[in-house]
Amino acid sequence: MKREVPLIITMVTGLFLALQYYSPHRLSAHIYETLMDWLIIVGVFAIMLGILGLLRQHTDKLKTRERNWPYSIALLVGLFGMVILGFWGQGMGSPFVQAYFTVLNPVQATMFALLAFYIASAAYRSFRGRSVLASILLISAIIVMLGRVPLGEIIWPTVKIGSITIPGVTAISDWLLNVPNLAAKRAIYVGLGLGGAATALKVVLGIEAPHLRG
Amino acid sequence: MAEVHKKHWYEHMLAIDRRILYLFVFIAVLVPALFPFGLPIKITPEVQAVYDRIEAMQPGEIVMFPLEYDPSTAAELEPMAFAMLRHAFSRNLRVLACCLSSTGVSLVEDEIARVAREYDKEYGSDYVYLGYQPYPAIVIMTMGENFRTPFPLDYYGTSLDSLPMMKKTKNYDDVSMVFTINATSGIDYWIIYGQGRYKFPLGLGSAAVMATNYYQYVQSGQLFGIISGLRGAAEYEILIGQGNVARKGMDVQSVAHALIIIFILLGNIAFLVERRRARHLTEEA
Amino acid sequence: MLKRVFTKEVAGMRQNQHRWYRSVPPLALIPALYLVFLVSAFFPLPSAAIEPPTALAAYDTPNDPGGSITLTWELSPNDRIPEIGEEPGVLLLTYGILRSPHPQTGFNEIDIVLPGISEYTDDTADDGVSFYYIVEARGDDRSTALTPVVGPVKASGQVFDTRKTVLLIFMILFGGSVLFLIQRARAGKELYIRPIPGLAAVDEAIGRATEMGRPILFVPGLGVAGDVATLAAFTMLGRIAHKTAEYQTNVRVPCYDPMVMTIAQDVVKSAYLDAGYPDMYKEDDVFFVTQDQFSYVAAVNGLMIREKPATNFYIGKFYAESLILAETGNIAGSIQIAGTDEIIQIPFFVAACDYTLIGEELYAASAYLSREPPLLGTLKGQDWGKAAMMILIVLGVLAATFGWNAFVDFFATQ
Repeated sequence: MKREVPLIITMVTGLFLALQYYSPHRLSAHIYETLMDWLIIVGVFAIMLGILGLLRQHTDKLKTRERNWPYSIALLVGLFGMVILGFWGQGMGSPFVQAYFTVLNPVQATMFALLAFYIASAAYRSFRGRSVLASILLISAIIVMLGRVPLGEIIWPTVKIGSITIPGVTAISDWLLNVPNLAAKRAIYVGLGLGGAATALKVVLGIEAPHLRG
Repeated sequence: MAEVHKKHWYEHMLAIDRRILYLFVFIAVLVPALFPFGLPIKITPEVQAVYDRIEAMQPGEIVMFPLEYDPSTAAELEPMAFAMLRHAFSRNLRVLACCLSSTGVSLVEDEIARVAREYDKEYGSDYVYLGYQPYPAIVIMTMGENFRTPFPLDYYGTSLDSLPMMKKTKNYDDVSMVFTINATSGIDYWIIYGQGRYKFPLGLGSAAVMATNYYQYVQSGQLFGIISGLRGAAEYEILIGQGNVARKGMDVQSVAHALIIIFILLGNIAFLVERRRARHLTEEA
Repeated sequence: MLKRVFTKEVAGMRQNQHRWYRSVPPLALIPALYLVFLVSAFFPLPSAAIEPPTALAAYDTPNDPGGSITLTWELSPNDRIPEIGEEPGVLLLTYGILRSPHPQTGFNEIDIVLPGISEYTDDTADDGVSFYYIVEARGDDRSTALTPVVGPVKASGQVFDTRKTVLLIFMILFGGSVLFLIQRARAGKELYIRPIPGLAAVDEAIGRATEMGRPILFVPGLGVAGDVATLAAFTMLGRIAHKTAEYQTNVRVPCYDPMVMTIAQDVVKSAYLDAGYPDMYKEDDVFFVTQDQFSYVAAVNGLMIREKPATNFYIGKFYAESLILAETGNIAGSIQIAGTDEIIQIPFFVAACDYTLIGEELYAASAYLSREPPLLGTLKGQDWGKAAMMILIVLGVLAATFGWNAFVDFFATQ
């Protein structure tokens, strides 16, 4: 029963949501909205569960002086600090917003900025002309990288000789993105769509239920 | 005594410490940021389409800006938001904004308030900020029925009915276009649950890395235009003739791209030399 | 939108104009009427020249949730823009939409429509109530003309949206073929599945972790529990946890979504139980971090640098953080296997990971790892679906090229 009841709920809900898409009726929309409301409510409780787990884990680390325990202090101070600051209001100039702009803002920007460094080292390592296909990838990557910045237009502009136009790097880059790249992406999307539908079918019909104990 | 192997240049190149690459990237970013040289930028049709649509709107019409990004992507998207808001306010359009990204709410509030001050715009009559609600897909769908369903109050806790601009503004039917500047998965929600269901004109501004995924929606007519990353923002700054943050950023990006290309080329030369030498040694053996 | 604003404003003005009647005493109407009689006797008004719209039809709006009736008509001959130099005659200013629950009396104006428009949707009609409609043409000389009454019409909600018929047909065909192939696979039919290097490497990666005495890191991404990629991640996590239990290796799962965390805890616990090592399960190994993208990345990166896991799995939904995670794992010297259906993140994983499962390969993971007939049958069903799509794309291109519009229109959905 512990497995059957959730499977039945999954099947009924899954089939309803699949068919609901085809029905514009008010009643169907109403049930759909109610299910969405439930989703929000369950989500809120799950957040509470997650935060409680996080608290327990880090307080345990502090109690037992586990390795790297000072990081747990940083986490707890951050968590409770922002909550407490929130009591003083959240308008411009409030301590909460000050903390947001002076701590969270630069830290997040820095995390994202790491991408610039990481992409340089990952591209350096992986773009090697080891084979014909890898060389095509390499050349395409260089063209697209040049084509996305103004410098590319200066280095490799479009040239017109009489009635013949030799496309510049921007035009070639656009062609690469809009034709072969988009064609391949669409093919992958078709596969994803069908794969997604098949996976959903497996879950709804209980053929595979990874959410119910493996 | 074992012979000490002296490393060749190509071996050094192939085993280069990534921190050296990081250092070069840092210099390539810093120098043009401090000393911009103003490379010329060409306007792409997708950005021109966005500009033309705003130009075609009549004063008083409402443009909705869901600005969904946080500090991490603000460097790329903030110049775009400034340019779009400046264009809208300079044409006396009314702005309805929201932020469905929890960590961007204060950032977006600050941006809108700053641009509104530049143009002497009054809150409630000329612009309204709805703020944040969780679960973007559901918020987007319910706004299609009535903005008041997910946002009975605006960001400042005022009832929407008491704001002059919102008195006759019920749902997407009452706004002339929606332009989302977005660095979240919310882009898909706006396309599928917003434009797909309620058929309003939708435009997109997004981080360059995400934008390539959405050009197909311009081809299919689901998006009327795309502003892609800093490059798109720079184009928009040129079109409206204001701001130069993104334009400066393009110099930085140009140099950084050039540097990465040079490194890739050097790495490949080293790789080919090494492979040739290895083959040569095998043949000799 | 403009139409709506305009019509509502005009309607408002009209209401205000009518209000002054209420303040006039009834007796004062007698001299007023006499005055009107005198004026009309000396200055007769021109006869009403405006013509009404024709072919008025009213019907329940199709494919809607209910509460709406649609009216269509053919424009009045006076609804036009005169040529330059032409004597304009009477020009149409607006159409008034009149509605009543009775065929003869009680018609009230419910809205005003601008010239040039020949359709109106009354979305204030209650379901199941009969309504009658008239459209009134109003000229610039104040003359009016009415259409005949149409009705009765009742609004109702539809159970099925006919515009989505094609989609339903395909859903049934695809679902049916998947079920058929599952049945065939169960009956013992051999099904081939091509080698997928990323999945073939899973055992090797777990073995390596055991040899090194380091944990395995499983990152389920930023998706929610309902995402197909996250469901596939649960399946892989179950298999991996089963193996790690057998090999006596730890698996650490930092979660972005609390619901994903609860399910992942259950998946790992159950896998340890199935493998016969329930005591090995530690609840703290599957933990919630935060729902903020880059804070999550910072936490996972810190874990990678501190604990140096032997193998990192990135399976699920990933966005801009993919390369930051994978490159940090590379710095930490871990073997890395990634799988996502977020297409733009695939190049980043390819650049920084040892193996990458591209799109649907991720969904195929459960079938590949278990070789169970029902799961293999589902994969075969996907192949059939793809073949059908390819044939339809070719036919669609031919149809569009040679103008076989019926074929093209059949696939049009709204």
